[in-house]
Amino acid sequence: MTIQKWLVDPLNRFTRKGRTAEPEAVAANGLIDRRALLGRGAIYAGAVGTGIASGGTGAAAETLKDDPWSLEMGGVTPPLQVPSKFEKNVVRTLSNPNHELRNSHARTPHHLIHGTVTPNSMHFSINHSGLPDIDPAKHKLVIHGMVKQPLEFSLETLSRYPLTTRMAFVECGGNSAPMFSSQPVQATAQAIHGLVSNAEWTGVPLSILLDEAGIDPSAKWLIAEGADSHLLHRSIPVKKAYDDALVAIYQNGERLMPGNGYPMRLLLPGYQGNMNVKFLRRLKVVDEPSMSYYEARTYSQILPDGKAWRFHFLQEVKSFITHPSFGHTLKGPGYYDISGVAYSGTGRIAKVKVSADGGKSWADAGLQGPVQDKAFTRFRMPWRWDGQPVTLMSRAWDEAGNVQPLRADFVAARGQTKEPLKSVLGFPNQHYNSITAWGIDAKGEIKHVYA
Amino acid sequence: MSTLERTIILGLALGLGAAVAAAQTAQTPAASPSPGLGASISEADIKAWDIDASPSGKGLPAGSGTAAQGAPIFEQKCSACHGPGGKGGTTAPGAGPLVGGAPLTSGIDTAKTIGNFWGHSTTVFDFIKRAMPFNQPRTLSNDDVYALTAFLLNANKIIGEKDVMNAQTLPQVKMPNRDGFIIRFPDRI
Repeated sequence: MTIQKWLVDPLNRFTRKGRTAEPEAVAANGLIDRRALLGRGAIYAGAVGTGIASGGTGAAAETLKDDPWSLEMGGVTPPLQVPSKFEKNVVRTLSNPNHELRNSHARTPHHLIHGTVTPNSMHFSINHSGLPDIDPAKHKLVIHGMVKQPLEFSLETLSRYPLTTRMAFVECGGNSAPMFSSQPVQATAQAIHGLVSNAEWTGVPLSILLDEAGIDPSAKWLIAEGADSHLLHRSIPVKKAYDDALVAIYQNGERLMPGNGYPMRLLLPGYQGNMNVKFLRRLKVVDEPSMSYYEARTYSQILPDGKAWRFHFLQEVKSFITHPSFGHTLKGPGYYDISGVAYSGTGRIAKVKVSADGGKSWADAGLQGPVQDKAFTRFRMPWRWDGQPVTLMSRAWDEAGNVQPLRADFVAARGQTKEPLKSVLGFPNQHYNSITAWGIDAKGEIKHVYA
Repeated sequence: MSTLERTIILGLALGLGAAVAAAQTAQTPAASPSPGLGASISEADIKAWDIDASPSGKGLPAGSGTAAQGAPIFEQKCSACHGPGGKGGTTAPGAGPLVGGAPLTSGIDTAKTIGNFWGHSTTVFDFIKRAMPFNQPRTLSNDDVYALTAFLLNANKIIGEKDVMNAQTLPQVKMPNRDGFIIRFPDRI
């Protein structure tokens, strides 16, 4: 190969015998080798003109002129910014907007945002007895029980400790629960998967605080309790506390949002959301679990044989496509970027595969780095849609070797409802981590399907 | 092996050991001295917050009650949401039935009641004490909480109407589904 040729085609992909100048198809129905797009604009652009895709199908361009906002001084720069008024629909959806005497869920609009960091205003939130209005100057955290010396901490004192910052997803054990329905609910990724979010958390390693109190080596559990009116409490293995638990006091750089535990919460990366106790006020070191309402009832899952799982700490490996997904409409054949999020409670995402033919053929998606432990990884798959019906799916693997189960296998082990779920807000069971499929018809309309 | 050789080998081994130890120290710094900013507090000062009750009975307070004593309290403070006798059927969202229930083999979405699902009697006491009534938590006396617990256990045919529930008797109540659970990830405990 001459140097000149190498410069044009550094991977020698398109001059080797038997190859054409079109980007490589890597799986059926238009999935494209992602490497064909990275830094290879000329080759990609060349391909656009070769067939079905059409880059310039829009209306003829108008002659450009200045719009009003370009002609006069703009508005006030506020102390606390909020999104543009044109983004007013990009909000959480609420399960209890009228504040009835029950719990409230606010779901993250995954199909309307991108990247990996969930903005604090859109982080999911579940509150079982309303949002406590906590004065941070009066809030206290006590550690007691099987310790040498019970201790009390304030937000101010915790802020002086050596702080650790990390990314972590937090996911409700009931996230994706509508997928236990025997028939697919027609709902957005927000409605189905909106009880997971991902943020950068900063806090004090819990091990430092337990060591300071002098934890009894024979203690196996911590009872973590919040300052909400129901004093929500969960039993936490000491093992997890000494692994990677934090008492988090910042969320994406600012103090925690009230709905995410202001002024301090337990962060147990990769563990069931409800265990990440918000408004944390008490940690009692004990030798047996409390069998609290939430661990012994709500988050113990009934299995098809009538037994139930208890202490299902882990949020297991999962992925779902956010773009395109239910609620979007494709605007005709051509290029689209398929994209979604993948995460696992047992470590880093190792691989995500995408299918456009309902799972018959799969191709490796690109993973956006850095790929972090127990945190969202954004995956992307270039796709050229030919206008025919397709079914898009994603499937994730983590570094521990766990794989997101196929729906048939998942349902065989965990069951599904006998009747289709009546409300997308229902929780027929917990801990669903199988595959989500979006069926796209020839008009570009998207439905939730089981494949 | 001569003594000299042994000495040399021992010396090398010790040296290697020291080097490994040094390397380990460099990689994982010894537990840094705690900032020590936590303020000492006595268990006596924590007592008002220390309300959790566990299956062995630890944490259960003094007091007692029977189902007969609990019935009028339930009617007055609980039935508006949980239905007469705890059987559900009210319009209160989120407050499902507490009594009865289908066998757990009826489906993975079977409604969980105290009778068909809860594994420990102390969970009933603990949750009422900390969280009920929904909008007036911790307004009940310990006697009231024992009486309501007894009422719900009796309504589920687990104890008799005259059985007295207190810190000694409550943990001994065997719940119908006590052995129905499988620890999902025992290696993580």
